[in-house]
Amino acid sequence: MSIFTIPSSEVLIQGILSGILMGFVYALIAAGLSLIFGLMEIVNFAHGEFLMLSMYTTFWAYALFALDPLLSVPLSAGVLFLLGWLTYRGIIRRILGGPMLAQIFATFGLGIFLRAAAQFLWTPDFRQVSKAWVQGPVRILGVSVGLPQAVASVACLAAFGMLYWFITRTETGFALEATAQDRQAAALMGINTERMFALGWGIGAACVGVAGAFLANFFYVFPHVGSLFALIAYVTVALGGFGSIPGSLVAGVIIGVIEVLGGLLIAPAFKYVAVFVLYLVVVLVRPQGLFGKF
Amino acid sequence: MPPGEGVEVADAGAGVVAPPSARTGWGTIFLAILLVAALAFPWVFRLPYHRDLVIRVFLYAMLAQAWNILAGYCGQISLGHAVFFGTGAYTSAVLQTTWGWNPWLGLLAGVPVAVALSQVIGYPCFRLRGHYFAIATIAIGEIVQTLAINWEFIGGARGLTLPFQKDSLLAFQFHTSKYPYYYVALVLLVLCLLVSWWIERTRLGYYFRAIREDPEAAQSVGIPVARYKLIAMAISAAFVSAGGSFYAQYVLYLDPDSVLPLSLSILICLLAVVGGVGTLWGPLVGAALLIPLSEFTRIQFGGTGRAVDLLIYGGLLTTVAVFQPAGLVGLLRR
Repeated sequence: MSIFTIPSSEVLIQGILSGILMGFVYALIAAGLSLIFGLMEIVNFAHGEFLMLSMYTTFWAYALFALDPLLSVPLSAGVLFLLGWLTYRGIIRRILGGPMLAQIFATFGLGIFLRAAAQFLWTPDFRQVSKAWVQGPVRILGVSVGLPQAVASVACLAAFGMLYWFITRTETGFALEATAQDRQAAALMGINTERMFALGWGIGAACVGVAGAFLANFFYVFPHVGSLFALIAYVTVALGGFGSIPGSLVAGVIIGVIEVLGGLLIAPAFKYVAVFVLYLVVVLVRPQGLFGKF
Repeated sequence: MPPGEGVEVADAGAGVVAPPSARTGWGTIFLAILLVAALAFPWVFRLPYHRDLVIRVFLYAMLAQAWNILAGYCGQISLGHAVFFGTGAYTSAVLQTTWGWNPWLGLLAGVPVAVALSQVIGYPCFRLRGHYFAIATIAIGEIVQTLAINWEFIGGARGLTLPFQKDSLLAFQFHTSKYPYYYVALVLLVLCLLVSWWIERTRLGYYFRAIREDPEAAQSVGIPVARYKLIAMAISAAFVSAGGSFYAQYVLYLDPDSVLPLSLSILICLLAVVGGVGTLWGPLVGAALLIPLSEFTRIQFGGTGRAVDLLIYGGLLTTVAVFQPAGLVGLLRR
């Protein structure tokens, strides 16, 4: 095991920048999870598999119809919205208010099922979008980062902004927020809470639909790809505060940077250990996270 | 927490709490037949393959039952039980390869190590509830696996190979017939079932269920909630660790990917949940159905990497969680 190593400042700056860029992608993935949790206090343990499916959607659109990943963003978001909506209607609706065990294992089972289904249909092979429009490096602030990463990062930040705008500035967004705060009161005000829950699942899944399409630009696509992102998303949501959308953004960036710093300062093998230790520290020391409400 | 939360779980456990006085006679006879069948099995089925299959059923049933003590009775859903399995496997293997300990002593030594670890993990983590606790146990599992991969002393990612020895009870190796392995696994399972049965009928079980239903209410009537969660964790970890040591001695090779992965933690819960969580027979029923099922699909679709067993497992897990939280055992009881 290696002890702490001190990288050069150039490497450090490069690392931090790419950490921040990745952080925006984590933030969008976590925002979807957080939105769902805020609405009904259910953790979607199939979130990583949702991401995996969005990456496959993008990959197959590319492989079969030569659709560039940038163009398949709406497609992927739409497919995932539908998946989220159906998951709510088919599964989640029935376990609301059920025992904790059912709440955890219903989505956990769905995750296992989707992962196995992907492996069954498309084999465990690693696949890749080989000739995307955006590729190669780009120089930002004097350090070079991958162009696909930069595009993914900016796009996820933009999508995040749109999500935030939608929730805080539109009529439907208010209704979602009201449902999250008190579902009985919201129902009394004439809000169709059932619809809001389904919408929340749709939007939450569409977030990973967007993130997945951009990730497919530079990440291998395989049935287990979602697991790691999902674990990071849980940590992000815990750090930002379960149910807090702005919290996800700050936490996503922090985790992106910590992941890189953990890899640079300790050892690459330990970068996720740093992230998981962070989760434990946060939930034990400040269980409500940075921006949590309770 | 929504109202109704504990209610369904209470129903799930209700049949267990009440001593079934009316069918005790039949129950005892059925149990006796089951035990005789289990004892006679290796003498009827002489192929090592069948013995191996049933050994795995016993092992996983025992692991699932041990998880059930913590999660089913006491309501603390751990998704990181592979940590204790790995602790048992590695403790016995390292003691044997490095210091030449007898494997039986290694198995016994693994138990206090795993129990100590369970207390170190449980002490802070039991302050967390529901999802937070479940995710924390995943995080710990991942941390421990990464540490094991990078710890050269215990073989790192290469793993450990245990020396191949001549068949003998003392060496814990029975390659030609496998049936002593069978009986060791059976004894572990019966022991675990007996302990669960005893828990169900003593104050411990009532405390555990009270904590599961409502920790605050349990606290308010004077149950030391934190201490009893730790007790449940200790009992659970002890059995899982023994199972891990058994696995190491049975397979004679272990690496972080085989004894510490998240997928093992999940398999353990899955068997218990599908079979019937919080019940005495659920985990055994789950293992008895799902382990052979996995074996069967592997034969049918072998080598294709299609993960058909996981497809079925995942579908079953969701279906059971949504429609029948009491598991297959609950279905039978209706």
